[in-house]
Amino acid sequence: MEGFMAIVVGIFFTVAIYLMLSQYIIRILLGVAILGNAVNMLLFIAGRVTREAPPIIGKGMETLPASAANPLPQALILTAIVISFSFFAFLLVLAYRAYQTLKTDDTQQMRLAEPEDASPPPLGY
Amino acid sequence: MAASDAPFIFIALIAPFLAAVAAPALTRVLGHWAALPLALVPAGIFAFFCRALGDVAGGQAFTGGYLWVPSFNVSYSWLIDGLSLTFVLLISGIGALILLYAGGYLKGHPQQGRFFSFILMFMGSMLGVVVSDSFLMLFIYWELTSITSFLLIGFDHSREASRRAAIQALVVTGGGGLALLAGLILVWNVTGVSTISLLIEYAPALKASPYYFAALLLILGGAFTKSAQFPFHFWLPNAMEAPTPVSAYLHSATMVKAGVFLLMRLQPAFGDTAPWETILPVFGGATLLAGTVIGLRQTDLKLMLAYTTVASLGLLVMMTGFGTPHALESAALYLVAHALFKGALFMVAGAVDHEAGTRDITRLGGLWRAMPVTFAAAMLAALSMGGLPPFLGFLAKEEVYEALAGGNPRAIAFTLAAVIGNGLMFALAFAVALKPFVGAERPLPGPHHGSEAGTEAGAPPSALPGTSPARGEIGQRHPPHIHEAPFLMLIGPVVLAISGLMAGIFSGAFHAAISAPMASAIAHEAREITISAIPHLSLPFALSLATIALGVIVYLLLDRAREAAAAALESIGWGPDQGFDQAMRGLIRGAHLVTTRIQAGRLETYIMVVFITIAAALLLPMAIFSEWPTWPAWPADAGFHELVIFAIAVIGLFAVVVAGDRLTAIVSLGIQGFSVAVIFMLYGAPDLAFTQFMVETLSVVILALVMTRLDLQPSDHRHGRELVKDAIIALACGVGFAALLLRAVQAPFNTSLTDFFNAWSKVVAHGSNVVNVIIVDFRGTDTLGEIAVVTITGLAILALIRIRGTGTVKPADNDPERSA
Amino acid sequence: MDTSGTGRSARRGMDTLIFRTMAPYLTALMVLFSVFVLLRGHNEPGGGFIGGLIAASAFAILGIASGVSAVRRALWFDPITIAAAGLAASALAGIVSLFADVPFMTALWVFPNIFGTEVALSTPMLFDIGVYLVVTGAITAIALALEEREDD
Repeated sequence: MEGFMAIVVGIFFTVAIYLMLSQYIIRILLGVAILGNAVNMLLFIAGRVTREAPPIIGKGMETLPASAANPLPQALILTAIVISFSFFAFLLVLAYRAYQTLKTDDTQQMRLAEPEDASPPPLGY
Repeated sequence: MAASDAPFIFIALIAPFLAAVAAPALTRVLGHWAALPLALVPAGIFAFFCRALGDVAGGQAFTGGYLWVPSFNVSYSWLIDGLSLTFVLLISGIGALILLYAGGYLKGHPQQGRFFSFILMFMGSMLGVVVSDSFLMLFIYWELTSITSFLLIGFDHSREASRRAAIQALVVTGGGGLALLAGLILVWNVTGVSTISLLIEYAPALKASPYYFAALLLILGGAFTKSAQFPFHFWLPNAMEAPTPVSAYLHSATMVKAGVFLLMRLQPAFGDTAPWETILPVFGGATLLAGTVIGLRQTDLKLMLAYTTVASLGLLVMMTGFGTPHALESAALYLVAHALFKGALFMVAGAVDHEAGTRDITRLGGLWRAMPVTFAAAMLAALSMGGLPPFLGFLAKEEVYEALAGGNPRAIAFTLAAVIGNGLMFALAFAVALKPFVGAERPLPGPHHGSEAGTEAGAPPSALPGTSPARGEIGQRHPPHIHEAPFLMLIGPVVLAISGLMAGIFSGAFHAAISAPMASAIAHEAREITISAIPHLSLPFALSLATIALGVIVYLLLDRAREAAAAALESIGWGPDQGFDQAMRGLIRGAHLVTTRIQAGRLETYIMVVFITIAAALLLPMAIFSEWPTWPAWPADAGFHELVIFAIAVIGLFAVVVAGDRLTAIVSLGIQGFSVAVIFMLYGAPDLAFTQFMVETLSVVILALVMTRLDLQPSDHRHGRELVKDAIIALACGVGFAALLLRAVQAPFNTSLTDFFNAWSKVVAHGSNVVNVIIVDFRGTDTLGEIAVVTITGLAILALIRIRGTGTVKPADNDPERSA
Repeated sequence: MDTSGTGRSARRGMDTLIFRTMAPYLTALMVLFSVFVLLRGHNEPGGGFIGGLIAASAFAILGIASGVSAVRRALWFDPITIAAAGLAASALAGIVSLFADVPFMTALWVFPNIFGTEVALSTPMLFDIGVYLVVTGAITAIALALEEREDD
């Protein structure tokens, strides 16, 4: 099962990276959102998958049953989801502010910090 | 002094830094009189270490210190023997005089407190250098002296020349410091010891090591840059941009001697080898000649002194490495003599500049009537520098000739260099000490008090009792504004000049207390010095006479000699000083070129480079080691609903790529996100599924809020080659990640971490939901960091939204300013 | 109120009478549910992250339905202040351990008997509440800030 899922994860990565290679900021954003999911799936599957047995210790038991899912990748992914969401929101707002200020969503025209005709640095002391 | 003095030694070593902290406040209260209490600090250190003179003269060496990083065998440890004690006494003694001198010299300067602070910091760093036993401590203090000298040279930072000199000194000496560090680490690796006192015992092993020569070159790189040896000599004359107290202290008596100190300190470990006895005398001799010749062409008092300092440092390096009997003794004697006379002469030059308003030797003359005390001090110092009996300089020079004289070609060559160098130094000494004071009186600009910068204009020059009678007397016949330097500026040169005379007269006591223990420490065996001021007929005395004759001739023909030297130097035209400018410009241009190439300003390029690198990192190792995963089998056990979910996810992904309008893109993004949530749900991760659902919902909402204002290009902009190129990069990364994951799941699974959490979750952490227990308990500190990131992101977004490009800030509803 | 035409039409789609009437009740229910999810999180699926996301979604819904100022009034505190308070609570949960002479973040448990029921109180619980507050506060702040710009 994991082998098949690995191929799907590969498709997630391909699509995310293809979108991120665009020069339009909105497509880059969509790519970043998908990349987060791709990485989470990668972690999840690397920890092996089992069907429908959550890592919850039953009443009267002290440890998980052997069939339970691996809790460690889940703990890692849970926080990763929230963090990637907050970064996605940040990027979104950043893109929007850039669009408002520079009147473009084309990254090739966003040259405020690295202008094309940058003057060489001063040579004095 | 005893072992129980260790805490006091430590206090003495950090006292200058504490005084540096107090100096600005003290100066604000006391004005330039703050020099008096501040000078008590080095004076106290001087008195404290004088107590050790007796024991050290008896051959004792004190070591002590505190552990610093025990696991790396790094300690704060000191070694106080004849060599370091002499340096400590010079640094603290001259330091006290310099503080007093600076009190007068920079009187009324608005930044005088800062100046005191810097110079005390420097003093503390220099003390640290000379007492360091541990390599690392030596390096840290060494670089501290570079940094504090940078601050002091650039003290008058509103002038470009000062800034250039400061940067130059920092680059040259700081760079040399790095070479020193590399050398010390090499020595550390070869011998396994990290203190100088132990290293001396490992000297045979070090000298036999194949790394000896590399370590020697690196350490010489540190010593030669610090001590301004040719071809690194250029920074020292430029450093004369500093206020004169700095020149007198750092650039004659102390900092530039650090390189010589290091060579003397390491002499027992590195010395007595062919490279040592070749490199040191050759570079030292070249520095001696270059310094005196370039010094001849100068007309500025301070620059003349600076070049003679370069020359003297060359002589010291030459003698330290010469390797004959008397050589180390002569270096020890000359070092002390030089510190005394050169410090005095610099202070005299500063006093002349302060009162006459110029340091140009062609404009100065006839000052002796106005400044008799300064003139007397100048003469005493110049007699010592010229090497006339009974001054200490004479003893040192005789000892130098004693060590050099010999019949072989090497001895003859170096003797000739020393005679020429000393002869020219003799001429320069009297040019500085005599020319401004004798001859016809000249019209001069007059005093500029608090000279180098802002002054209290028109303030009374000095109200000190010691100087007022002289002023009254000369007032009649002399331009009234030129008068004797203030009292605070006279103490230093007078004390140093008289010390040079006394040490020469009472040479027996001086040798017993200072020079013999110092020479013994350098040689690491008992040495005696017997030379006295009584001339005795011998080869050295004949050489002395030749030196003096040469000096007198050059002095009398000084103007012509200056022209000759200038012509000779102009015919060379290029020097390392211009080379430094070229190197710095080249560095900036090179950095600019590299930056514009790498940071071309195209986001696409950056992202492309990142992902090509990632694809290469993923695929190349598997290709090189042929560790490709096996192609996965079709999951026969997969249920129909599972396959449907995967299919929906993939369809959602492709819909995002081909989406031509905003709504399709948002919905498609939501489809793949919710599919991922369902996948989590199907494979035993309800927590993840729940979180993913919520996050996808919120993502769609905020995307809808923002995207309604952003234009989505109706179709993918890429066509043809660009499309193929991007698709190939993306596909390579995707294949790479898939292959990585396949390899990972095809390898045996290590469950040790999972087993740990499983075993302890309920028993110790009282939680049945293992995922939650990991988040809030086992890995709680990690989570704390993550929620801090979430908070900061929220703050950053608020900042981005509220600060408008147009300058208007939209206040929040609960913003107090809104109701106001 | 709204300057962009597309924004207005998008809003009008959600701006139905039923949605506006239901939203406050829905929000109250969701917040209640989020607290429930938070508290049971240690033994059942749930926890601070999920609870916080539910609460943040609730406030986002209320913001769309009744306007941002209504949410701000209902919240009483600025959302980012809530996030900061949560961060402080979580940090405090770690620091408490120091006073018990155990390393930072070591879990401490007490089981007081309140009204005949044994209640488990612990520093991980305080920590999880902190997580809940951070996620609620930060994400509500983000969502409200984005919704608010329509009023510019």
